[in-house]
Amino acid sequence: MPVLVYTENADGKFKKSTFEAVSYARAIADQNNTNLVAISIGDVSSDQLIALGKYGAEKVLNVSNAKLKNFINQAYASVIADAAKKEGADIVVLSNSFSGRGLAPRIGVKLQAGVADGAVALPEQTGKFTVKKTAFSGKAFAVVELTSINKVISLTPNSYKVVENGGAATVEDYAAEGNASDFKAMIKEIVRSTDKVSLPDADIVVSAGRGLKGPENWGMVEELAGLLGAALACSKPVSDAGWRPHSEHVGQTGIAVSPNLYIAIGISGAIQHLAGVSSSKVIVVINKDPEAPFFKVADYGIVGDAFEVVPKLIAAVKEYKASA
Amino acid sequence: MKILVCISNVPDTTTKITFTDNNTQFNNNGVQFILNPYDEIALARAIELTDGGNGTVTVINVGEASTEPTIRKALAIGATDAVRVNAKAHDAWYVAAQVAAYVKANPFDLILTGRESIDYNGSKVASMLGELLDLPSVSIIKKLDIDGDNVTVEREIEGGKEVLTTPLPIVAGAAEGVAEPKIPNMRGIMSARTKPLTVIEPVGVKTLSEIISYETPAPRGQVKLVAADDTAKLVDLLHDEARVI
Ligand SMILES: Cc1cc2nc3c(=O)[nH]c(=O)nc-3n(C[C@H](O)[C@H](O)[C@H](O)COP(=O)(O)OP(=O)(O)OC[C@H]3O[C@@H](n4cnc5c(N)ncnc54)[C@H](O)[C@@H]3O)c2cc1C
Ligand SMILES: Nc1ncnc2c1ncn2[C@@H]1O[C@H](COP(=O)(O)O)[C@@H](O)[C@H]1O
Repeated sequence: MPVLVYTENADGKFKKSTFEAVSYARAIADQNNTNLVAISIGDVSSDQLIALGKYGAEKVLNVSNAKLKNFINQAYASVIADAAKKEGADIVVLSNSFSGRGLAPRIGVKLQAGVADGAVALPEQTGKFTVKKTAFSGKAFAVVELTSINKVISLTPNSYKVVENGGAATVEDYAAEGNASDFKAMIKEIVRSTDKVSLPDADIVVSAGRGLKGPENWGMVEELAGLLGAALACSKPVSDAGWRPHSEHVGQTGIAVSPNLYIAIGISGAIQHLAGVSSSKVIVVINKDPEAPFFKVADYGIVGDAFEVVPKLIAAVKEYKASA
Repeated sequence: MKILVCISNVPDTTTKITFTDNNTQFNNNGVQFILNPYDEIALARAIELTDGGNGTVTVINVGEASTEPTIRKALAIGATDAVRVNAKAHDAWYVAAQVAAYVKANPFDLILTGRESIDYNGSKVASMLGELLDLPSVSIIKKLDIDGDNVTVEREIEGGKEVLTTPLPIVAGAAEGVAEPKIPNMRGIMSARTKPLTVIEPVGVKTLSEIISYETPAPRGQVKLVAADDTAKLVDLLHDEARVI
């Protein structure tokens, strides 16, 4: 029985988290000696669909139906669950993106499948089928056994490497509609800030807190982020005060991120902040207080005044880039 | 308008998380349990929407008797009445199936959950309920407004936001921005004792998943401190040692 992976797109383009999900699903298919089928919904170019083969998809089901152009979780869940049934897939993989979170549980109910949300590693299939996932807001992992025949796994972005060693995938047009009752919700407006790196997908995040004193001081933070190709983030009090938009707020009540590099400037490292960032691979902390709790979970640190350190760091990054 | 708010009883964020029995059991000992912070936001919005006698807010919890202090807290904050499904909350699917069974017998105009429970962070109950009840669901909303029979919600998407509108009823998971949590006042606390809390027995549901063990993250090594005037060294370390730039 093949593995089915849903390949999410944003405005017709696949994102890194999608390639991670395909690579991850490929590895699961390999564990089970089976094929990997991908399903794409929306307007995606055939070049991109064929290229899913690079990450290990053998076949791509292409649903391009005007009714399904925009993401409606109810309808997408119907289409994906139907495809799983038609293809005989017993494992469905998708990214635990914002949309994935609204989709995986619905697919789970339709397939009577246990759902492993926020997986951070490949399943183990030694008698029991278990998946490791984040729990307690980053303070622990839980190993979940899926006891059902069908299984749905949503993969935490940035927790599995993109692997490219496949070829071209065969693309098939796949006719799907969803059910009439799936279209009650209507999208009124989609606002995308395309010029910036999206925070949940970013490899590098530069984040600043109340230590920066005021919104007028964010220029240097933006400059550092720009140089590193990083997304911007902030602590909760910063967005509460309106210094930065709420969409940049990370932590327990904001966005959870797990980039390769998280640079925290003038943030104390309160437990609620750490809840959203502690799974970052490498953490750098810049804080003038050597006792700031953030240093306890950091890999690298500079004790110093951000207003002196950050400009120097910008200069050092420029120098590094010039020599690289 | 009749609103249902699903509430969960979770360990306080600041408590240290430990496990027993060879990391197979969560250690309840000394852990302070609270009303899930996102459920507080959902509850606050529900109370705002029914303000001035414009409807009722029922809270529902799937849990054993030990969750009653949290249910009473929701009543003190301002819920009209409460239901406890007398069962251990096995997993999100089990919870959703219990709540769905209740809603099928007792319809509501709006069903709110939190965006996720801060213990297992599943973000699953809202969408599962939507599926079981054949209703639209939005798992993480930042804003919710009602206009007659329609509801408009704003949800976050990677690098932006999306505004959706749908006829009621709908299931939605509240996050920051939907409302400010409310603190119970003395009158609320007094009246909470006498507000109705109905205990019902669970329906039979086959469970689909089970937590079999826990792991704590590998501790990070000691932080490497770099002198404030040696930012070039930090860049080198990030490039050569950490290999992240
Ligand atoms: C239920 C709940 C949920 C919460 N959720 C979140 C959440 O999701 N995200 C979040 O971030 N917070 C959250 N919080 C708030 C959290 O507890 C902290 O209050 C918050 O993270 C602190 O933000 P901060 O570090 O920017 O500010 P502060 O704690 O004020 O720290 C500022 C830091 O900057 C340093 N500093 C000052 N000046 C300089 C300088 N010139 N150079 C260098 N360093 C300097 C200081 O030494 C200090 O460490 C939550 C709280 C609660 C109760
Ligand atoms: N035991 C429970 N009883 C009632 N509602 C719950 C329970 N567990 C979770 N919920 C609701 O579902 C939301 C999301 O939980 P989860 O899917 O576990 O992250 C929570 O914010 C609650 O609103």
